[in-house]
Amino acid sequence: MLGLLPFVAYVFVFMVVPTINVAIGAFKDNDGVYTLDNITGLFDSTMLHTLWNSVVVSGVSAILGAVLGMILAALVVSAPATSLLRRAVMALTSVFAQFGGVTLAFAFIATVGSQGIITLWLAGHGGFDLYGNGWLYSVRGLILVYLYFQIPLMVVVFVPALEGLRPQWREAAISLGATRWQYLKEVAIPLLRPAFLGSVLLLFANAFAAYATAAALVSQGQIILPLMIRAGLTSEVLLGRQHLAYAIALEMIVVVAIVMTAYALLLRRTARWLR
Amino acid sequence: MRWVRPLVLLAFAAFFFAPLWSLLDFSTKDFLTGGRTGDHWRALVENQEVRDAIVTSLELAVLTVALMLVLLLPTMIWVRLRVPQASRLVEFLCLLPLTVPPLVIVVGINGVYSWVNYFLGGSALTLTFVYVVLVLPFAYRALDASLSSIDVTTLAEAARSLGAGWLTVIARVVAPNVVSGVLSAAFISVALVLGEFTFSSLMHFDTLPVRIVLLGKGDIGASMAASLATLLLTALLLVALSLLDRRRSTRAE
Repeated sequence: MLGLLPFVAYVFVFMVVPTINVAIGAFKDNDGVYTLDNITGLFDSTMLHTLWNSVVVSGVSAILGAVLGMILAALVVSAPATSLLRRAVMALTSVFAQFGGVTLAFAFIATVGSQGIITLWLAGHGGFDLYGNGWLYSVRGLILVYLYFQIPLMVVVFVPALEGLRPQWREAAISLGATRWQYLKEVAIPLLRPAFLGSVLLLFANAFAAYATAAALVSQGQIILPLMIRAGLTSEVLLGRQHLAYAIALEMIVVVAIVMTAYALLLRRTARWLR
Repeated sequence: MRWVRPLVLLAFAAFFFAPLWSLLDFSTKDFLTGGRTGDHWRALVENQEVRDAIVTSLELAVLTVALMLVLLLPTMIWVRLRVPQASRLVEFLCLLPLTVPPLVIVVGINGVYSWVNYFLGGSALTLTFVYVVLVLPFAYRALDASLSSIDVTTLAEAARSLGAGWLTVIARVVAPNVVSGVLSAAFISVALVLGEFTFSSLMHFDTLPVRIVLLGKGDIGASMAASLATLLLTALLLVALSLLDRRRSTRAE
């Protein structure tokens, strides 16, 4: 057991201690006196609005990402396992799923920002104003950019579920006289539903906790919770209330923990037939 | 219906490749004349601050891989050989960073880092400690898959019966047999470290992604060039990773 000590101690110091620190810090003011002010601060109208924005960005990008990712996954799985298309898409999606962050923000600025390639092209061909008043830097823009890693992540997690649908089940249904639509409605969709819902939750948590992409894209203002934490840590917006950042971080842990627990439960349901 | 499939695939391809193409276009554009120029790319090697940031990020990648391997590999081998009942605990600890966002750790890490700074000074390279936590889930999976494909116990018993000590067993018998897992873990770790922004920016260290954002306020072409270079390097590492995975899975069959 002693051989485990370095590893466990390391994780404890650099992971568990900071988390506990957040949980305790959320209930302290800047002088270290216990207070509930930070927690009640989470419920003022600005903070609730920011939370709502975060939920919208994560929720919409998760649902859109899941639906589009499922379509792509279905297209890929219908190709033979050895086909070039399937191998290429699987390799690329596992790469793109990791492409969040600063670089992604700049890629989208280069594409649909005020001087972006597509923006300039549309302005030159018919004078269409794609840039508008900067939607790229708002909730809608974040959803678009997040889809860039949400769709591939969905493909990565959903292809195994689709592969778990055995051709025999389809053949059995058809031989019992089911139509293609009946097979989908009575067999495939009920079987895939837990996996799909679980994936939506995973994508939600993925977007809810994401910081770098949003931080690079939105350099000023705090439209979602992670950016509110940045403001709490770095700027004067929340001067004298830096401990509010702890409370927001705690709020984040709670939301992600709830979502991931639900995900784990759904995963267990899927695992029953997915072998 | 036959044209629907290729059309949909084409739409996906456009969505995923347009931003990359735009980066290339933007990073080679001369904003004054509208022509092509290599200036933005040249700035990456000529600008001292950018060069320093690149070096810092690469050093962090190497240190993170080294510390991750030193910490994780012996522990995982030890668990398999001597304390299999602890395997769930180690797995839980390794996957924990997936549910606790880096942003949360940043908020709570002040106290821990005042000790780190006290002992090691305030160098950017101290980020290594949190980066190891960041890459833990991914490195764990890579190493776990590799360790599962060999018979660790038999190897260890053979070595032990020939008089090898535990250190020899771990470093010279088991580790060389899981090279593909070690490489996978290293590649994914490097990919993550090169793109890491949350810790470095909020702890005020000058890594490559932080520098890219700062550049964006001045020479935006250069930050586009740096972004594309990072993305391509990351993609290369991850493709190499998937090739390693494939080789392992074909061998296991």
